[in-house]
Formats: sequence, C-alpha cells, structure tokens
Amino acid sequence: MRPFRTFAEKIFSGVRGRVIGFFAYIGGLVTLFAQTVFWLFSPPLRKWQILEQMNKIGVASFPIVFLITLFTGIVLALQSAYQMQKVSAEMYIASLVALSITRELGPVLVALIIAGRCGAAITAELGTMKVTEQIEALETLSVNPVQYLVVPRFLAMLIMVPLLTIYGDFCGIVGGYLIGVGKLHITHGMYIKMTFDPLVIKDVMTGLIKSFFFALIICLIASYEGMNSQGGAEGVGRATTASVVKSFMLVIIADCFFTALFYFTVE
Amino acid sequence: MIELKNIYKSFGDHVVLEDLNLMINTGESMVIIGRSGIGKSVLLKHIIGVMRPDSGSVAIDGTDITMLSIKDLDKVRMDFGMLFQGAALFDSLSVLENVGFQLFEYTDMSAEEIRQRVAECLAKVGLKDIEHEKPAALSGGMKKRVALARAICMSPKVILFDEPTTGVDPITGDVINRLIRHLHDTLSVTSITVTHDMTSAYKIADRIAMLHDRRIVDIGTPEEIRHSKNAITRQFISGSARGPITNEEGSGA
Ligand SMILES: Nc1ncnc2c1ncn2[C@@H]1O[C@H](COP(=O)(O)OP(=O)(O)OP(=O)(O)O)[C@@H](O)[C@H]1O
Ligand SMILES: [Mg+2]
Repeated sequence: MRPFRTFAEKIFSGVRGRVIGFFAYIGGLVTLFAQTVFWLFSPPLRKWQILEQMNKIGVASFPIVFLITLFTGIVLALQSAYQMQKVSAEMYIASLVALSITRELGPVLVALIIAGRCGAAITAELGTMKVTEQIEALETLSVNPVQYLVVPRFLAMLIMVPLLTIYGDFCGIVGGYLIGVGKLHITHGMYIKMTFDPLVIKDVMTGLIKSFFFALIICLIASYEGMNSQGGAEGVGRATTASVVKSFMLVIIADCFFTALFYFTVE
Repeated sequence: MIELKNIYKSFGDHVVLEDLNLMINTGESMVIIGRSGIGKSVLLKHIIGVMRPDSGSVAIDGTDITMLSIKDLDKVRMDFGMLFQGAALFDSLSVLENVGFQLFEYTDMSAEEIRQRVAECLAKVGLKDIEHEKPAALSGGMKKRVALARAICMSPKVILFDEPTTGVDPITGDVINRLIRHLHDTLSVTSITVTHDMTSAYKIADRIAMLHDRRIVDIGTPEEIRHSKNAITRQFISGSARGPITNEEGSGA
C-alpha cells in the first residue's frame, strides 16, 4: 500500500506542479499583455521604432513567405490532382487550393514562419538585453522597458502578420495556378473563376482574424521569454528555444480553437 | 536624503541583505566597500528601485519608493543617474544615442545641441570622436567611461557608481575619481560609489560604509575607517588573507 501511495503522490505532485506552472505562465503573459496595452496608450508612441520593427518583421519576411506559400500552393495542387484526375474533376483544384490556403494554410504557415524568424529574434534580443542589465539600465533612465521595447514590436506584429498573410494567400494561389494552368491544362479564365467563385469575403476574414491572434501570441511569448530570461548566454539560448516551441504550440492550439469556433458559429 | 530601513532581500534560499540600515545625506559622497559577491550591486539597485526589497523601505527625501507606481518612480528616477558595473550600454544604439539617451527622450534640444552636450560629457571622462561607434567596437574601459558619461549627462542630483574605476588604467581611474569629487564639490551631487579600490575610496568619500554578512558593519569618515577598531574592516582595508572574514569562511559559516 505504502509504495503505491508515494508513487501516486509523486505523480500527483508532478502534475500539480505542471498545472500550476502552466497557469503561472499564462498569468505572466496576460500581465505582459495588460502592461503592453497600458503603455500603448500612454505617449510617446515611438514612430520610428515601430517603422523599424515593421521593416524587420514584415518587409524582411517577404521572400521567405513568398517561397514557402508558393511551394505549398504548388504541392497542394499536385497532391490533389493525383486524386482529382481519377474522377476528372481537375477544375475543382482551383477552389480547393484557394479555400485551404486562405482559410487555413496561409495564416498558419505565416505564423510559424514569423515565430521562427522574428519571435526567436525578439527573444534573443530582449534576452541579451536582460542578462547584460540593459533592461535595468532603461529603467534607471526613466524609460519603461515594456513601452520602449515591447510596444513597437507588438504593434509591428499586429500590423504586419495579417498583411503577410494576405500576401501569402496570394502567393499560394499563384502556386496552384502555375500547376493548374501549366500542367493540368485548365484554362486561365476557368482557373480564376474557380478560384474566386467559391471564395467569399468570410474565408479571407476568418483567416485574417486568426493571423491577428497568432501575431498577438507570438509577440507576447517572445517578449515574455526574453524579458524573463536569466543565466547568461545559455539562458538566452534556452529562452529562445522555449519561445519558438511555445509559440508553435499555442499557435496550433489557437488555430484549432478558432477553426472550431468559426465552424460552429459563423455560417 | 536617502534612507534605507530594515531591508531584506533574498534570491531563492540565498539571503543577500538582512535588516540593512543606511542613511545617506543630501550632497554627501558615500562609498560602499565590501567583498566580491557580498551584495553591493544589489544594494545600489535597491536605491534606484530596479530591485525591490522583500521587505523594508527605501525613502528618498521622505517618499518610500518601494510603494510608488511605475510612473511616479520614473519621475523620481529623473533625478538619478546610475553607472552599472557591466556598463549596460544599449548595443543597438551608437555612443551618441547612448550618452544622449535621455536628451533625445525627454528634452526638445536640437540634434546639434545634443551632439555638443554629448561631446562635453565624453570629454569629462577623457573620450572624444567616438560618437558614431557602436558599443561593441569599444574596449571594456571605454564602455565603462561611456556609461559614466551617460549617467552624468542629465546632470542628475544623485549618482550611483558601481565600480567606476574597475577595468580602467590608473590615469583614467584618477580622472574618474577627480570627476566624482568635482561633481560633489561644485554641483553638490549626492553620490554613492561602490568600489574595491581603497585608494579611490579615500579620495572620493565623505563617509565609507563597509558591507559584510548581509548588513552594514562599519561606517565612518575615511579617517575613522582607516583607524577602525572593527576587525572585519581592518582586514578588508589591509587586504590580508588572514583575519575574521576568512576565518568565518574557513569554519563554513
Ligand atoms: N538577479 C539575481 N538573481 C539571483 N542572484 C543574484 C542576482 N543578483 C545578485 N545575486 C546574488 O546576490 C549576491 C550579491 O551580488 P552582487 O552583484 O550584489 O555582489 P557584489 O557585492 O556587487 O560583488 P562584486 O564586487 O563582485 O560586483 C551574489 O551572491 C549573487 O549571486
Ligand atoms: Mg557588483
């Protein structure tokens, strides 16, 4: 009896520790979010820094978003052609590509790209600032670190990620078009018609709403991990890994949640 | 006047400060000495509020800054300057932007005026023509001096120096000591300096406080400290490997 109880206790306390840790983490994120919103509305708004971050996060991500979504569009068209050709329904490939890219793959792929490319960079930068006392130095200079460091990145993310998603949607559709028209001999007019006929504004909007929340998640996790990293270069490395892994997980969980939400509510 | 009362601070199980009391008068030059890792930097960070005590109060001219909101605390900090032990320069900004950080943030001085003011501050610490370098391109001692220039740029009323002369050559060290003394004599700046270097401590201090075993164990004018009866202080200033400090470590206490 005794060994069993200690074993059970061990598991229980382990689980309890994890659960408490999880909620403490979410609490930390929510606190950071509240602070960010608070400082967002207290002047000054640092326009130059926002523009610089928009450049770093958004403009600099154009090539990789182009590459990944274009190829995803191509692959999607090819893979579905494999099935569709059996029932001579190649035309529907256009609709299939358009819908799955705008509703699902565009937002998620862009979010994952940004989490890996920019989330990691934000964590590494803020983490290095933290462990070299630069964040404390900001405070001694009467500048709030959340306002100076997080707000510009936050705004830049919220603006750029949805824009990148629109761009990614477009590139993905182009990828499908290349295969559809080039390889499967669907006519140009037919492909365009089959792309835009089933595509309603709702499809694009739900994708954009998703990407907006993904941006929020990525930026908050990246900043939180960075501002709370400790233990020198090793700690910054650990924080950066954690930032990417946690962003990926939360983005996918949020995606699942929103997809279900839109499925059951929006007609 | 800065008054620290019953400060407790621990990191996990590691108690760094325990029931620490210290009072620093306005216009005074206080030097804090103590062994490496004893908590001197932690103490300085409490005075400017970047660390909060587990309990106890830090009163600046009567207001307890541990109770202030972040915005009010930022206002209090406008009168403060701090030199960090590791310089803590912003490495994404140039030397000009680092030193003139608060000028860019809080004044509407023109770019040209800021440039002049920054050049003046850099000259005070013996540097020139490095405004456009990034901190990564500077030597350790130069970083320290740029950070010092940043700390004094807004002519604060209270300046905290964390080991200002560590890592610089003896000549520059003397320049820095003179600068601290000069700020004190001409602008009646309150300064709190952490140092290991007894020569510079005697040069700049009105009073010297010895931090040991989580609290201030001895305090007095340089003359009093020099002839202190406290065995711990005596061992520290003579720089001897034998004495009460090392004995208690040897016995595992
Ligand atoms: N952020 C922190 N987290 C955990 N422990 C810390 C932290 N900052 C300081 N400490 C601990 O507090 C103690 C005092 O550190 P502090 O940096 O104040 O020493 P110091 O007296 O300034 O030493 P030195 O003369 O070497 O600079 C050290 O034992 C250190 O491990
Ligand atoms: Mg120190």
